[in-house]
Amino acid sequence: MGYDPTPMIDPMILAVLLPFAVVPLAPALARALGRWTGWVVAVVPAGIFLSIWRWLPIAPGQVHTTVYSWVPDLGVQLAFLADGLSITFVLLITGIGALVCIYAGGYLGSDPRLGRFYAYLLAFMGAMLGVVLSDNVITLFVFWELTSVTSYLLIGFDHHTENARSSALKALVVTAAGGLALLVGFILMMIAGGQLGLDGAEAGRLSALANVDLRGHGYYPAIFALVLLGCLTKSAQWPFHFWLPAAMAGPTPVSSYLHSATMVKAGIYLLARLHPMLGETWLWNDFVTFFGLITMLLGAIGTVGQKDLKRILAYSTLAVLGTLVMLIGIGTEVAIKTAVVYLFAHALYKASLFMVAGNVDHETGTRDVNVLGGLRRLMPFTAAAGTLAALSKAGAPPMFGFIGKELLYTTQISIENVGAWLILAALVANVALVASALMVSVKPFLGRLQETPKKPHEAPLSMLVGPVLLAGLGLLRGLQPEPFENNVGSAAASAILGDTVTMKLKLWHGVDPSALAVMGLSFLTLAAGYWLFTLIRARVSPIGGAMRRAAEFGPARWYELALAGLYRGAERVTRVIQDGYLRHYLFTILVVALVVAVWPLVQAMPLELGVDTVGWRAHEIVVAFLVLAGAILAAVLRSRLASVAALGAMGAAIVVLFMLFSAPDLAMTQMVVETLTVILLVLVFYHLPPVVRRSGAASRSRDLLVAIGFGALMSVLVLAVAAVHPAKDVSEYFLAESYPSAHGQNVVNVILVDFRAMDTLGEIAVLAVAGLGVFALVRLRARREEEGS
Amino acid sequence: MIPSLILRTSARSLLVLLLLFSVFELLRGHNDPGGGFIGGLLAAAAFSLYALAYGVDPARAVLRLHPLTVAGAGLLVAAAAGAAALVRGESFLTGLWYPDPLPGIGKVSSVLVFDVGVYLVVLGTTLLIVFTLGGEEE
Repeated sequence: MGYDPTPMIDPMILAVLLPFAVVPLAPALARALGRWTGWVVAVVPAGIFLSIWRWLPIAPGQVHTTVYSWVPDLGVQLAFLADGLSITFVLLITGIGALVCIYAGGYLGSDPRLGRFYAYLLAFMGAMLGVVLSDNVITLFVFWELTSVTSYLLIGFDHHTENARSSALKALVVTAAGGLALLVGFILMMIAGGQLGLDGAEAGRLSALANVDLRGHGYYPAIFALVLLGCLTKSAQWPFHFWLPAAMAGPTPVSSYLHSATMVKAGIYLLARLHPMLGETWLWNDFVTFFGLITMLLGAIGTVGQKDLKRILAYSTLAVLGTLVMLIGIGTEVAIKTAVVYLFAHALYKASLFMVAGNVDHETGTRDVNVLGGLRRLMPFTAAAGTLAALSKAGAPPMFGFIGKELLYTTQISIENVGAWLILAALVANVALVASALMVSVKPFLGRLQETPKKPHEAPLSMLVGPVLLAGLGLLRGLQPEPFENNVGSAAASAILGDTVTMKLKLWHGVDPSALAVMGLSFLTLAAGYWLFTLIRARVSPIGGAMRRAAEFGPARWYELALAGLYRGAERVTRVIQDGYLRHYLFTILVVALVVAVWPLVQAMPLELGVDTVGWRAHEIVVAFLVLAGAILAAVLRSRLASVAALGAMGAAIVVLFMLFSAPDLAMTQMVVETLTVILLVLVFYHLPPVVRRSGAASRSRDLLVAIGFGALMSVLVLAVAAVHPAKDVSEYFLAESYPSAHGQNVVNVILVDFRAMDTLGEIAVLAVAGLGVFALVRLRARREEEGS
Repeated sequence: MIPSLILRTSARSLLVLLLLFSVFELLRGHNDPGGGFIGGLLAAAAFSLYALAYGVDPARAVLRLHPLTVAGAGLLVAAAAGAAALVRGESFLTGLWYPDPLPGIGKVSSVLVFDVGVYLVVLGTTLLIVFTLGGEEE
C-alpha cells in the first residue's frame, strides 16, 4: 500500500473535536499515569499542531474550508475555515497548549485534582480552537461562550478560596455578558447580510458576509457597537479590564495559557477577523483606537507599583492587549503587520514569563519581588529563559519583540496629525514595559540571595521545557524572521486587511531618516525603562498603595456596586412576587392569564362557538352533573379529606366522559393519575393542621370572581377551539403512517414513542427533574428542621 | 398509616397483580390502549397502595432501588434506545425493528426499549414524590 496523502478526518474537525473527546478520559488518565499525565495529554495539542502545520506555508489569500453537515434535516451545518489568521492562532493555541500541559504536570505535581484540571484545560482548548476556526457566526458564538465557561472553571480551580471564586465569577460575568452583546451583533449582521432564514451552508457564514456591504447598511453603528462590546470585554479592554488582574487567582499554568495566546486574544482575533467587513470607517478608527490606547496606558502604568510577579505580568498583558487593539483600530497596512508580529511575539514571551514566574513561586514559595533576588545560580535554566523572554518583552535586539516594537514606532510615525501624541503614548507604555520586564526577570535572579519561605532549587524538567523553548523561539525568530513571514505572517496580515500584502521583517533597517528615528526611539525606550526600573525597585510598596487607592474609584468598583445592587434588587423583587403563599401565586397566574387571553378574544368578536346541540344523551347529562357536583363540593366542603374525595369523584366522572367519547388511552391515564393524586394529597394533608377559615368575606368573593372568570374563559376557549376545523392532514398523516412506517396500531402511543419521541424524551427529562426538585425541597426542609431542633 | 387488615392482606397480592398488569400495559401499548406512561403510573400506584397499607419504609424495601436510581436509569435507557439508531447511521430516535416476534412479548424494537425508559422514569419520579411526601426518612 502506498502513502495516502489525504487524511482520514479533516484537520479542522479533528482540532475542534479531539480535545473535547479526550475530556471525559482525563480523570482516568491522571489516575493511571500520575506525574506523567502532562506528557501524555500534551500529545493531543501536539497532534493538532502537527496536522495543521502540514498546511504551511500558507499563501496570502489562501484558505482551507470544510463543511460538516450536523443536523441535515434542519439544515444546520458546521462550517470551518482556516486562513493565515486562523492558522497563526491554531498554532499558538496548540503549540503553547502542549507546553502548558507538560508544565502543569510539574506544577500541580501529585495534586489529586490533576485529572479535573486537564479536563478543564482540554475543554477550554477545544473551545478556543472552535472560535478561531469557525466560519459560522452562530458556532463561533457558541465556542466563544464556551471559552468563558471553561475559563471560569480554570480561574476558579482553587474554588475553596473566596478570592478564586469571586475572581472566576468576575471573568465569567464580564466576558459572558459581552458575549451576549456579540450574539445580537452577529444576528444584526445576518439580517443586514440577508442571511437570516437561509439554511445550510449559507446562513451566517463569515466568508459570505465578507461580500456584503455592511458598512453602508443602516444597522452598521449598532453592529459595530455590539461586536465591539463583545471584543472589549473578552480582551480585557478598559473599562472592562479589571477581570484580568483578578484572574491571576487561577493556577499559574492557567494564567500562562489564558493570558498569552488564548482567552484574552479571542477578542483581538475577532476584531482582526471582522476588520475587512467592519473596519476602515471613522467609527472603527476612532473608537477601537481610543479603547486600545486607554488600555495600553492603563496597563503600562499599572505594572509600576505591583510587587506580585503575576500581577506585574497581568498589567503588562493589559498594555499589550491595548496596543494590539489600538493597532487594529488604526488599521493601516503597517499597523496590521505590526499587530501580527506583536501578537506572535507577545504570545511567546508572555507564556514563557508566566511559566518562569510559576517556577520562582513554586520553588521559593513567594511571588513578591521585594523578597526575591540572587536566584541565578540556583535556578540557571529558569533564569536564562526569564532573561531571554524579558529581553523580547522589553524589545531589546535581537529578539522578536524588538522587531515588534520597531514596527510599532514606525506605525505611529506614519500617522498624520495625531502621530506625535500616539508616539508619546507608545513611548510611555513601552518604557513601563521595559521596567516591568526588568522587574520580573532581573530582580529575582540578580543581586544577593534572599531568605524565602522555601529553600529554592531548579524546577523539574517538565517546568523548564515550556519557558526555555518559547523564550528560545523568541530569540530565533528575531535573528531569522523569514520563516515566520513566509509561513503565516504575510497570510495573517492579508486576512486582517482583506487584501494581499507581503511582510518583510528585519532587525536592521539601514540609515534612512525615519528608520534612524525609530531606532533612536527604541534605544531611548530601553534607557528610560532601565532608569524607571532603578527608580521603582526600592519603592514598590508605596507606589502600589497609592495606585490601589486610585483604583477604588475605577471600573472594578463600579462592577462591585452593580453586582451588589443587582443582588439587592433581585432580593426585593423576589420578596414581593414570591411571598410563599400558594394562593397569591395562583391568583397572579389566573389574573394574568385572564387579562392576556381575554383581550384577543374580545378583538375576535363575534366568536364562532362549536356548540353541538344535537346529541345530548341522558347519561352524558348525568356525567356532566357529577363533574359539576364534584367541583362545587371540593370548593365548599370544610374538611380537607372530604374535598380530596370530591375531587377524586370529579376525576372519575371525567374518566367516564373520556370513555364515552372513545379515548381509552386518555381514560386509563386519567384514572391512574386521579388515583395517585388522591394518594398524594392524602399523604400531604395528613401532616397539616385542621382547616381554619382565615380569609374574610371580601377576599373570598374576590377569589370567587376570579375563579368564575377563569372558568368562563376556559369554557369559551374550548368551545371556540371546537368551532375551528384544524388542518386535517396532520392527524390523517399520523393515522395513515402509524402502521406502515411505525408498525403500531395505537396511534396515540406511536406518536409518543416514535413520531414525536424527541418531545417525549424532553418531557420525561423534565418529569425526572421536577421529581428531583420535590425531593430536594422536602429533604432540605427536613434537614433544616433537624438542625433547628 | 392506616392499620386495616383487609387493606394489608389485599395490598400484598394487589402489588404483584398490578405490577404484572403494568408490564402487560407497557408491552401491548404499541397496538392497543396502554404504553410506558400508563404502565409506569400503574406500577407507581401499586407501590403507593403498598405504602398506604404498610408504610413508606416497607414499600421502599420492596422496591429495593432508590426511586431516583429508577428514574435515572429510565432516562438512560430512553436515551440509549434513541442513540441505537446512530450506530446504524440513522438519525437519533429512529425506530429499529427486530424482524421476528418473540414469544410472549411480541415484536421487539428500539421503540419498545424507549417505552421501557418512559415506564421507568414515570415509576421512579412518581414514587420519589410519593415516598418523599410520605414523610419517613430512608
